[in-house]
Formats: sequence, structure tokens, C-alpha cells
Amino acid sequence: MQLEQLFSDALGIPVEQVSDVLSYQGIPQWDSVAHMGLIAHLEDHYGILLDTDDIIDMSSVAKAREILKKNGVEL
Amino acid sequence: MSGLLQGKKVLITGASRGIGLAIARQFAAQGAALWLNGRDDIEIARVAEAMHADFGVSCLPLCFDVAEPKAVKQAFQRLFTETRQLDVLVNNAGILDDALIGMVQQQQIERTFSTNSYSTLYCSQYAARLMQRAGGGSVINMTSIIGRVGNSGQAVYAGSKAAVIGITQSLAKELAASQIRVNAIAPGFIDTDMAHSIPEEKFAERVASIAMGRIGTPDEVAKVALFLASDLSSYVTGQVIGVDGGMVI
Repeated sequence: MQLEQLFSDALGIPVEQVSDVLSYQGIPQWDSVAHMGLIAHLEDHYGILLDTDDIIDMSSVAKAREILKKNGVEL
Repeated sequence: MSGLLQGKKVLITGASRGIGLAIARQFAAQGAALWLNGRDDIEIARVAEAMHADFGVSCLPLCFDVAEPKAVKQAFQRLFTETRQLDVLVNNAGILDDALIGMVQQQQIERTFSTNSYSTLYCSQYAARLMQRAGGGSVINMTSIIGRVGNSGQAVYAGSKAAVIGITQSLAKELAASQIRVNAIAPGFIDTDMAHSIPEEKFAERVASIAMGRIGTPDEVAKVALFLASDLSSYVTGQVIGVDGGMVI
């Protein structure tokens, strides 16, 4: 599954709305509560457990891509 | 096998002896699958093996220092990779290092707070994330009667255990909506290595201060932990339960 689709599912927004520039708290649907749900969704899908610094750092789709790669995920 | 904790996956820190070991045995007897933490890899592996042999439950050793954030992260990553589930966390690991305030060293303060207080936050952070996605869980933090009322010569220990109470009450409020219950146990004078590390006359003095007239057993603390871990306490959160036989300090 594409990263964009995972964001779309977790945040409840159309996949067309997901791009690299989409940012944390940039839309009402991506608030702090949704952020933790998004993290769980990504972790479950990729089978990884992110550390707290990465969770705080994940401020955009582009940043998420970078962090996931750093944690060994092939995108 | 059936029991109060059948199907539950549990992590207990500081499980190689004393109260932690008693909790592990109580939980295993009730069907829980256990991850047991200790700092000595050989010792905790031996304990886990014995637990599996005695109770027939899954019991895995997880050797790490709870005071080290990186080690905590690695431990939870392993737990996540292997089980993807955590229902109960018992933050039990702790140290006691008494000194009069004028004799307290900075290193002692840092070590005590890291092991007794910061570790509770580190472990709870990861545990809460795993429990949230499973729809709930129970976190049990070990504080102390000393953390509630203080004691001469124990300012550092008391401070570290009082912090655990604040953490418990705050996390209980923050995590209640996720159906994660967070409670603390405040043991009094319990028959552990820690209790026997104090001088003989102090030991007798402590026993004399207990209304029930005797030292408590680790098993008596473990039974309260079992209550808090199980659905018997399904509507209990943010509580600090004393297990002290009516001790007065």
C-alpha cells in the first residue's frame, strides 16, 4: 500500500489531498490525537516501533517518508 | 488453563526478585503471558525459565536497564516485533539509597530518579501506544508509603516515589479515554532484600510502627497488583493503593 493511502486512511481524507507538503496541524484532521493514530497505523503496517523523537519530528508527509526510510522501510 | 489474566500479555520490570518476582508468579498462575525485565541477563533468563516450568505459560526474559531511554526503546521494539500486543505494564523496578540531605550526592539523585521515576515515564510512553491500538490496558506503578508521607534520611527516595504518584494520577486522566487504567501501589515495609538492607534496630523500629505488628510479604503486594491488572478493577483508575498493614511513619 502506498504511503499516501495510509495517510488517507488514518486521517480520513481523500488520497488526492495527500502530498509531500501536507503538514501536521496544516489541516483540521491532522491534529495531535490523529497524529498518534497515524503513527500507530504506520507502525502496524510496516511492523516497526518509532521512537518518541521520530514521532515529534514527523511534521509532514515528506518528513514521514524520510523517517520511515531511516527505520529501514522501503518505500 | 484459565485464569484472571488468561490471554493477557504483561511486562513486569524489576522481576528477578522481591515484589516483582512475586507479581510475576501471581500473574503466571492466572494465565498471563509474561515478559520479565531485569538487569542481569543470566538471572532474568533463569527466572523466566523457572516460571515457564512452574506454570506452563509463555515467559520471556527482557534484559535492559529501565533508567536508560535507548535501552527501553530497544526493549519495546523487540516486544512489538515479537508480540504486537501489551495489555499490562508493571513499572516495578526501583532502587533505595538512603542518606541525610547534607550527604546526598548529585549522582545518587540522578540514579534514583532515573531508575524510580523517569523509567516509569519511558516505559509508559511505549506501553500506552501499544495499549491504545489494542483498545485498552492497565499500567501499575510501584510507589511507596515513603512517597506519600516522606521519611527522615529518605528525601531522594521519597521524591522519586512521590513523582510516581504524580505520574500515575496524570496518566490516569490522560489515558482514560483510551480505556487505559493507570494505578499505583504504595507498599509499606515488605519482606524483601531492600527491607533487610537496613540496620537491625531500624528494622525492629519499622515493624513496631506497623499496626498489624508484622512485616508484609511480597505476595500480599502481588495480590493487589493482580487485582489492578485484571478486569476485577475495570472501573478503577488514578488510585494509589496502600499495602502497609496500617504502618505509621
